[in-house]
Amino acid sequence: MSAFARKNARMSVVPDQSSRTEGERIEARLTDVTRIYPGSGGKPPFHALGPVSLELRAGEFFSVVGPSGCGKSTLLDVLAGLNPASGGKVECEGREVGRQVPDGVAVVFQEDASFPWLNVFDNAAFAARRAGVPDSEVRERVEHALSFMGLKAFANAYPAQLSGGMRQRVCIARAMVVRPRLLLLDEPFGALDQQTRLLMGDETLKLWRDTGATVMLITHSIDEAVLLSDRIGVMSACPGRFIATIETNWPRMRDSQIATDTRFGELTAQVWGLLRAEALKALGSQT
Amino acid sequence: MSVAARWRIGIVVAFVALLELVTRMAWINPVSFIPPSAMAASAWNLLVSGQYTTDILQTLGTALLAVLLAAVFGFIGGVMLFRLPRLRRVLDPLLLSYYAVPVFVLYPILIVLFGLNRWPLVGIGFIFAVVAMAVNTLNGLERVPRVMLRTARVCRMSTFEEIRLITLPASLPYVFTGIKLTVVYAFIAVVAGEFVLSGSGFGYQIAFAYNAFDNPTMYGLMLLMLVFVGTLNGLLRAAETRLYRRIRREAV
Repeated sequence: MSAFARKNARMSVVPDQSSRTEGERIEARLTDVTRIYPGSGGKPPFHALGPVSLELRAGEFFSVVGPSGCGKSTLLDVLAGLNPASGGKVECEGREVGRQVPDGVAVVFQEDASFPWLNVFDNAAFAARRAGVPDSEVRERVEHALSFMGLKAFANAYPAQLSGGMRQRVCIARAMVVRPRLLLLDEPFGALDQQTRLLMGDETLKLWRDTGATVMLITHSIDEAVLLSDRIGVMSACPGRFIATIETNWPRMRDSQIATDTRFGELTAQVWGLLRAEALKALGSQT
Repeated sequence: MSVAARWRIGIVVAFVALLELVTRMAWINPVSFIPPSAMAASAWNLLVSGQYTTDILQTLGTALLAVLLAAVFGFIGGVMLFRLPRLRRVLDPLLLSYYAVPVFVLYPILIVLFGLNRWPLVGIGFIFAVVAMAVNTLNGLERVPRVMLRTARVCRMSTFEEIRLITLPASLPYVFTGIKLTVVYAFIAVVAGEFVLSGSGFGYQIAFAYNAFDNPTMYGLMLLMLVFVGTLNGLLRAAETRLYRRIRREAV
């Protein structure tokens, strides 16, 4: 078969994909993606990730769990275009992701990314203003996001006046205001206490339902992954690969109450069963 | 007013009162060290007589020129050091040991180069202040949290937008510290330069009064200088507090 014919053959597959049901539309796709940092100064190259393949279904809540240092955050960075893949193919909404963050993607990081020189309102409006959303529209969206995040009374406050949890909510509001189609969360609750985390988890679920966005959450917390997700990708120790993907089959309307469901315990045990050996490996490689 | 501030004022007042007492009682020679009240009276007379207005303005002008040049070039230098890590690796040890070198030895060379006018003074002020500005700018740029730069990338900002909207505001507190040091260093260098060799200016007039045994004038000018520099510092501190009230994360 000539190269041209092969190309056409591949193209003919496309209509089949689009004729799939709405729930199976693919928002982002990673195919055999690796990230290898070249060695420098006599040090050998560092294989941080992969190869990983992953399909994020449009509108789903997908969590990635894995032992520390397995490349979870690298995976997110590669998908977001913040860190170029060394091999494989990264696609978002059918377009290849290069060194630029694709359109319709928002990221919330673990570290506090609120700008201390802007008040809460301007912080929340920042990304949308950069994206060229008209002022009146920005105002409307920010007001909605702030009341959604319980920050309405703090619109004129500065981040220095807020607690860590509230600052993280400001960052989530900032992501929400751009109306992303793909929301990437890189352990956004990692620095918060357990109770705040649970409540923030509920907020995230509400946000996910409210926006209809596809969410990918990176977390080291098994509980959090099981509570929030439709599907959980379990990663191996470094270099991270997916060793299993677990469907939770939770209803779309759900909150942290499902922690009392017997299935919650089963799923948690299942994930930990898969992770334990990998976590031990990661622990061993650090000592 | 805080307890510490009250104590601070109390200590200063007590010290001045003590000086007044020991000079009035002639426990130390009131000719070589005049009472503080006499200093204040002399300073006031010097100021209203207008006799030294030209000198005072000249010194202020020279120092502010040095501040302006040092702030601008120090800032550019700091940005360059940040952007060019290789240049930085070369210059780092030199910058660290910079203030171990008594740069005043360069003053005669500057006089030879520029002549006996304002420019050697601007030069010595600049040389003394510029590195403090560059080092503080570099420090500020280095402390911009990585997550903010990543946010800039997520917002798909251009390099120029990133500098204007993220890097500059995030490093502003450190840049401001640099400006504050620049003011202090430039004043020290300019007045010291005038003291050593010059034909006019605040420092020159103090040295002149000293050589002429004109102690009331000497102490009056010294007090005036203290008041000027103190006021300038107070203004800068007030501006900084305003800035920090918003920016500093830990304090509310």
